[in-house]
Amino acid sequence: MLRIGRSLYRHRWLLTRRTVQIAILLAFIVHIPSYGKIAEGNLSSSLWFGELKLTDPFILLQSFFAGSSIAMPALIGALIIGSFYAFFAGRLYCSWVCPINLLTDLAYWLRKKLNIKGNMSLSRSLRLWVLALALALSFLGGTLAWEMINPITRFQRELIWFSFSGAMLLGALFLFDLFVSRRAWCGHLCPVGAFYGLLGRYGRLKVTATPTEGCDSNGCSRCVAVCPEPHVLAPVVSKQTKSVTSGDCTRCGACLDECHEGSLSMKLDLVGMVTRKAGN
Amino acid sequence: MAKDKPQNIANLEDPAKRETFRNMFKKFGVVLVGSIVGQSMILSRSARAAEALRPPGALPDLEFDSSCIRCGLCVEDCPYDILKLASWADPAPQGTPYFVAREEPCRMCKDIPCVKACPTGALDRHMTDIKKADMGVAVLVDHETCLNYKGMTCSICWRVCPIRDEAITLEPIKSEKGRLLIPTVHSDTCTGCGTCEKHCVLSEAAIRVLPRELGLGLSGRNAVGRS
Repeated sequence: MLRIGRSLYRHRWLLTRRTVQIAILLAFIVHIPSYGKIAEGNLSSSLWFGELKLTDPFILLQSFFAGSSIAMPALIGALIIGSFYAFFAGRLYCSWVCPINLLTDLAYWLRKKLNIKGNMSLSRSLRLWVLALALALSFLGGTLAWEMINPITRFQRELIWFSFSGAMLLGALFLFDLFVSRRAWCGHLCPVGAFYGLLGRYGRLKVTATPTEGCDSNGCSRCVAVCPEPHVLAPVVSKQTKSVTSGDCTRCGACLDECHEGSLSMKLDLVGMVTRKAGN
Repeated sequence: MAKDKPQNIANLEDPAKRETFRNMFKKFGVVLVGSIVGQSMILSRSARAAEALRPPGALPDLEFDSSCIRCGLCVEDCPYDILKLASWADPAPQGTPYFVAREEPCRMCKDIPCVKACPTGALDRHMTDIKKADMGVAVLVDHETCLNYKGMTCSICWRVCPIRDEAITLEPIKSEKGRLLIPTVHSDTCTGCGTCEKHCVLSEAAIRVLPRELGLGLSGRNAVGRS
């Protein structure tokens, strides 16, 4: 019993995250008798509980670049989503909402299990260029350029409407992550993550370190080893900063699960917001 | 002058500078290749096929393509489940909603739930009267197989039309086969819902909904002549 409890505790962030992720995915799929679905549409725009309209700001931005005027319901929905991520943390979307994360995490897990070492190194800034390219092509082509590829909404479309033809891209993405390049998609290529990273650059939810004896003395760095974006933890481990400030951090909590010293915690840093202002 | 020269060489030989330039050119290269590939992808994507009809209130094709965000809310709110979001192999740009009249025509709901569901205005919410919808126009494309042209009074297209006697009328003409009743579409009242196409008794419909620019002629300033 104790063992199961401990194991659950060791994976508390992962389990919570998966629950949220799958719950959101199911909300779009499961049809409750005499109520209908909790959420209609897909992650580009959705209607929750028949009332709340939410819209993905990145997709709306592409639409704007493509030359469309922005309609009110979509704009309000995008503002709600945008301000949520801007306040807390942009890439919360990546680790807590995005269904592709399930796929790429599985690829990474398999990669470790199968001990695949081969790795094509990609630049982390590549996704910013893809982001710029997506917006530029939307402007030039008059269409939502990224939506021709976007595996996130495709995942939902293919899953909800059970068509197979588009599932090829998802397969390719999975194999690429598995065999070619470690965490290639989410960590290096996806412009949606890049967009949310920029949007939530100053998000208040932060992984914060409180130095403990264990952490100080043995310098285990296990948190860095499990982090999908290891560069964000580097300044914390080397004790340059107290909390992770990079917009690339997805707040997935893998480091918190891994840290057995209790040195890391997820904190809502509202004070930082005030002091920053006071400092200026 | 003589003193400056070695300094210039030192500047050029600065390895950090070289690295910066190399990186810059690399990035320009990536951007160039990326935009060429992306642009050609966009240009070569399949256009909407004539048989793929847009939901009522849809903006003209180009505008629709930029303002539809492929969310599928219209699809889910269609009470008759006739709308689909296009997948890769489908006859419309990926992710956009369409229906095929021969499979399931638009039922022309009075409250137009699909238009109400659209968050972006790709389906124009100012369209409140479904009879003003313009999904295309029905055209009697085949005079050889249409039963009414053969002298049999099938007239199914006229009978099923939701705007009967306005969008399709039966016009009598005299021919060597006797008196024929010719189904005649009136483009100003036809909404392109596709009910006639769906119910045409032939194995391939003789009456089909086409996009207006394919289905209609246009007289110029003169009644005859191109301009």
